[in-house]
Amino acid sequence: MAKNTSKPKSEPMTGISKTRTGISGLDEITLGGLPSNRPTLICGEAGSGKTLFSIEFIVRGALDYNEPGVFMAFEEKAEELKVNVASLGFDLDQLEKDKKIRIDYVHIDRSEIEETGEYDLEGLFIRLGYAIDSIGAKRVVLDTIENLFSGLNNDGILRSEIRRLFQFLKSKGVTAIITGERGEKSLTRQGLEEYVSDCVILLDHRIINQISTRRLRIVKYRGSVHGTNEYPFLIDNEGISVLPVTSLELNKEVSSKCVSSGIPALDKMLGHKGFYKGSSILASGTAGTGKTSIAASFANVTCLRKEKCLFFAFEESPKQIIRNMRSIGMDLQAHLDSGYLSFYASRPTLYGLEMHLVAIHKAIRKFKPDVVILDPITNLITIGSVSEVKTMLVRLIDFLQAEQITVMFTALTLNNIVNEQTDEGVSSLVDAWLLIRDIENNGERNRGLYIMKSRGMKHSNQVREFVITDGGLDLEDVFLTEDGVLTGSARAARLLLEQTGEVIHAQAISRKDRELIRKKKVLESKIDSLRSEFESVEEELNKVYVEEALKKQIMGDTLSKMTDLRRGNTGFSSKKIVKKNKK
Amino acid sequence: MEQEQGEYFILRLFIAGSSPVSVRAIKNLREICEEFLKDRYELEIIDAHQQPLLVRDENVTAIPMLLKKQPEPCRRIIGDFSDREKVLRGLGIRMK
Repeated sequence: MAKNTSKPKSEPMTGISKTRTGISGLDEITLGGLPSNRPTLICGEAGSGKTLFSIEFIVRGALDYNEPGVFMAFEEKAEELKVNVASLGFDLDQLEKDKKIRIDYVHIDRSEIEETGEYDLEGLFIRLGYAIDSIGAKRVVLDTIENLFSGLNNDGILRSEIRRLFQFLKSKGVTAIITGERGEKSLTRQGLEEYVSDCVILLDHRIINQISTRRLRIVKYRGSVHGTNEYPFLIDNEGISVLPVTSLELNKEVSSKCVSSGIPALDKMLGHKGFYKGSSILASGTAGTGKTSIAASFANVTCLRKEKCLFFAFEESPKQIIRNMRSIGMDLQAHLDSGYLSFYASRPTLYGLEMHLVAIHKAIRKFKPDVVILDPITNLITIGSVSEVKTMLVRLIDFLQAEQITVMFTALTLNNIVNEQTDEGVSSLVDAWLLIRDIENNGERNRGLYIMKSRGMKHSNQVREFVITDGGLDLEDVFLTEDGVLTGSARAARLLLEQTGEVIHAQAISRKDRELIRKKKVLESKIDSLRSEFESVEEELNKVYVEEALKKQIMGDTLSKMTDLRRGNTGFSSKKIVKKNKK
Repeated sequence: MEQEQGEYFILRLFIAGSSPVSVRAIKNLREICEEFLKDRYELEIIDAHQQPLLVRDENVTAIPMLLKKQPEPCRRIIGDFSDREKVLRGLGIRMK
């Protein structure tokens, strides 16, 4: 038979060679796939997805890895099987024609068989061997071999033959999947696990709070490390997707690039930059505080940057969000049309938390967004406990950080203890936390926004008033007074008051100025009058002097005249007169 | 012992090479047929290894397996036919 020449991927670390299943997520958990050339047991209850799991293994092998496969069905007829998987887009007929797969339906009807002594299952071996050789199969599925036990009586023969069958498969060099129904106490009803010792995978289908979740666990995988948790998985129209719960290592890339929040004033609070790329942001607040608006604004600016944004809406329908956001000046429909924005809306109660996580993963992988928004995460609490939601978010953040996707969660805070706990729980995971709080004062409610934390970034510690206007979102400085923080109309009133005060003040000043001018005028006029008084006094005084001078002059004139008159009397008499005058 | 009239048996036996079980089965079956169905049976012995397609088409699993094609209803008898009573019951032959 053909040797295993085209091994798609092997793990050099473990030494065991592995065959990729092609089932999304499973190869991550098993670190490379199922053990090559060995049988793997897949067990689970009825309806847990064993058959689908194994048929996908065969089909993916044939399509993606060029490894033909044989599907030996003990339960379903080939036709039934074909119809069942056609809904997943698997065309088994075509694959069979192309010699990529072989389906063999083995049917044993107890009622038409008579056992008359010793026998073996050589017929089965021949059929299987022929099917393998005819297409050079590398993969084999036996679904469900335990059905042999219901058709045949001799358990001893069956057990030894099954043991021989596994040896046969190993000698054929095929990677095989054996399915088995879950037993009461053991993994399978017939204890098949004791024959298949290399790899055992358990599928589970649990219903908690009326919501079912499919889970998968690797019970053992000899010679290889593997994830040991229970991993949720989803069956949808594209087959199975398993979610690798948490990455085994913490070695994510970090970016110091920043992305705008869509609100310039908020960017300013975050040191003019915005959020770090690949970080997680929580916007929490009470009902009606505008969490969705913040989220939509972030989405809007992302799309405007020509980056892709995926919006998970758990509360409102996409149409509703688009309509509502149009009222505050955001045209999300345009982004939706241009393909930068995509909505993923589902009711939380649609399925379990794990399934949501798987669905979110799938959507993200498909759309490859730069920014993811979950609005709101608190709605998920309706379907899980606080701790479950937290673990789910840890995993989601883990995944998103690894992919360098920025994520914004919104969370509703109610005034009860349970939800405050959630807030606390989630908040320790996120890198940035915006808190929007109602400030009730003065007979009205206003929104106050502050940044609770922003890792690795200088950020404002101030409360800002968060206002939603027709033109978008904005933050206003609040007034801090001795009465506390003033917002809304109180802020406006305060602003008005201050403006009035200024006007009055200005007026007061001008009045004083005028008075001063008036006083100055009065004083000046007083000075004028005093001066004129002084002038008149001075004039009066001058008049006396002038008169005196005139008198003197006149008297001098008279005297000289008299002297002239006494010319005859020489000078004696004139001297006497002078003396008299002096006296 | 009573012979059933008119009923003609078409039998097809699948064996695997010359394994001891197969050899024993052929021997046992021939004895039974000679004793109970003398001159009114047709036995085809097929080596499963030689005709894997027929094995598949006839939905053979356990070996040795005897297919009673005629008379109706179709029955399958497996084993080395050492339990004579069961073989006859499988063939629908009443023993007296």
